[in-house]
Amino acid sequence: MTTTSATPDAVVVENVSLTYRTTFERVPTFKTAIVRFGRGERAVKEVNAVQDVSFAVPHGNAIGIIGANGAGKSTLMRMVAGILPPTKGRIQVNGRVSTLLSLGVGFNAALTGRENVVLGGLAAGLSRKEIQERYEEIADFAELGEFIDMPMRTYSSGMFQRLAFSVAVHMDPDILLIDEALSAGDAKFKQKAAAKMKDLVTNARTMFLVSHALSSVRDLCNDALWLHKGKLMMRGTPNEVIEAYNTFLKVGEDAFSLEDL
Amino acid sequence: MNATRTDEDFTSSVHVYEPHRAGLPRLGPYIRTLWHRRQFAAEMSRSNIRAANTNTFFGQIWLVLNPLLLACVYYVLITILRSGDTTDAAERFVHLCAGLFAFYYFSGCLMTGASSVVGGGKLLLNMSFPRLLLPLSAVRTAFFRFLPTLIVYFPIHIAFGQPLTWQMLLAPVFLVLLTIFGAGAAMMFATLQVYFRDTASFLPYFVRMWLYLSPVLWFAEDAPERFESFMIFNPLYSLLGGWTDLLVRGQIPDLSLWIFGVAWAAAAAIVGSLFFMSREREFVVRL
Repeated sequence: MTTTSATPDAVVVENVSLTYRTTFERVPTFKTAIVRFGRGERAVKEVNAVQDVSFAVPHGNAIGIIGANGAGKSTLMRMVAGILPPTKGRIQVNGRVSTLLSLGVGFNAALTGRENVVLGGLAAGLSRKEIQERYEEIADFAELGEFIDMPMRTYSSGMFQRLAFSVAVHMDPDILLIDEALSAGDAKFKQKAAAKMKDLVTNARTMFLVSHALSSVRDLCNDALWLHKGKLMMRGTPNEVIEAYNTFLKVGEDAFSLEDL
Repeated sequence: MNATRTDEDFTSSVHVYEPHRAGLPRLGPYIRTLWHRRQFAAEMSRSNIRAANTNTFFGQIWLVLNPLLLACVYYVLITILRSGDTTDAAERFVHLCAGLFAFYYFSGCLMTGASSVVGGGKLLLNMSFPRLLLPLSAVRTAFFRFLPTLIVYFPIHIAFGQPLTWQMLLAPVFLVLLTIFGAGAAMMFATLQVYFRDTASFLPYFVRMWLYLSPVLWFAEDAPERFESFMIFNPLYSLLGGWTDLLVRGQIPDLSLWIFGVAWAAAAAIVGSLFFMSREREFVVRL
């Protein structure tokens, strides 16, 4: 279908908005539902997480997404991954997506690293055979040594992260979504992970990197987005965007306008 | 670009995500993906069972010991209630075992199913897959916890001198119906649990009441005439009644048990899965 036609873009996001409707109760229960009904209240609160964002990312780009906490970065990634459907707009994704949004998702801490590689791979949509083929590579990359056959609850957070990262990058994705995944590895593993990500990008894969470490966005990405309170503030090369973001942080929200740059 | 599998809706080459109302996903691709990802559900259930057994001393033995002890306690109870009447005592005990084991299988489906979606919170937030895999994986877990008790049932059956008949071969039909019914109920309670977190805490009471209302402690035909016309509204009356009739007594159950068994299983599966699927895209923001 679209893969054969001339669509060079890996991800096209058109006027996408997302409004969460969540309950403000800490724990929703029958009791509170009945009490609320008796008082004639509505429990739903709207949060505009992402507002009217549009951009397109060509294949082979490494795009960094920066912004303050709560800017909608993770929400945007979840929408690209198809986990959250947008409230408005349209997202088209051409390619297989692998996510590393949170560490060790689908892992079971009581099981060994080896069993979790299989579980994580199946969670990402590979078949058992494909996982067997990649197993050695994954284990080597994570550098766990004999720990690979120990339960994961005995792992340090860095080891946990190394294995999770290793599983995600070996899923052979066309589009890799990474959210703050490089905070716990040691310096050596960070370098290795950076090299692996660069490697993926040079093979015409696409990468989205959400990070608060602006230096890693500068090093790894050739494209950048800046989100603020759900709105797309700027799109450009990492240096431009980071500079604008830093200026923004210094002068503060009220005094800032993009024209001043 | 490397070749991707086009048969997979959730990881295939082209996806379009657009807003939706609380409607159903397209069923064709959904079911295909579900089938494609069945290994994941199986592995999830397998690893849960394995993980649950690593830290317990009795491990799988406990799975057998628990319903067996309960069967003994209930046996004493029903003997007291029948004021010491011990006619066909052996048959009653065997019937109690068969019914109780199957009932515990069903309640396992319900309990693990209800917590499957909320318990899988992190997975739901970070991966895109048909959510129906979660309750189905829970049903698989419940089934594998039931299997050892089924194996233990046969020595009991023989030791208490119950006949082996060809009709016993038909019993799996009711087991399949019970599984389908359990899966549908698991989907329904999993969805309810997302919206009302106290579902899981009231479920044990609900299950306990259901046990007493089902032909486990009593034979299906023991039902007093006054209540008999209502009994058919209890799905487990048909499902467990048919199961124990075939397995314990080697009797072909009444036609009505077959019809209502099939009807209840189909209704639960259809209503449960449609309810679940129409709600599943809202789960992420509700967790």
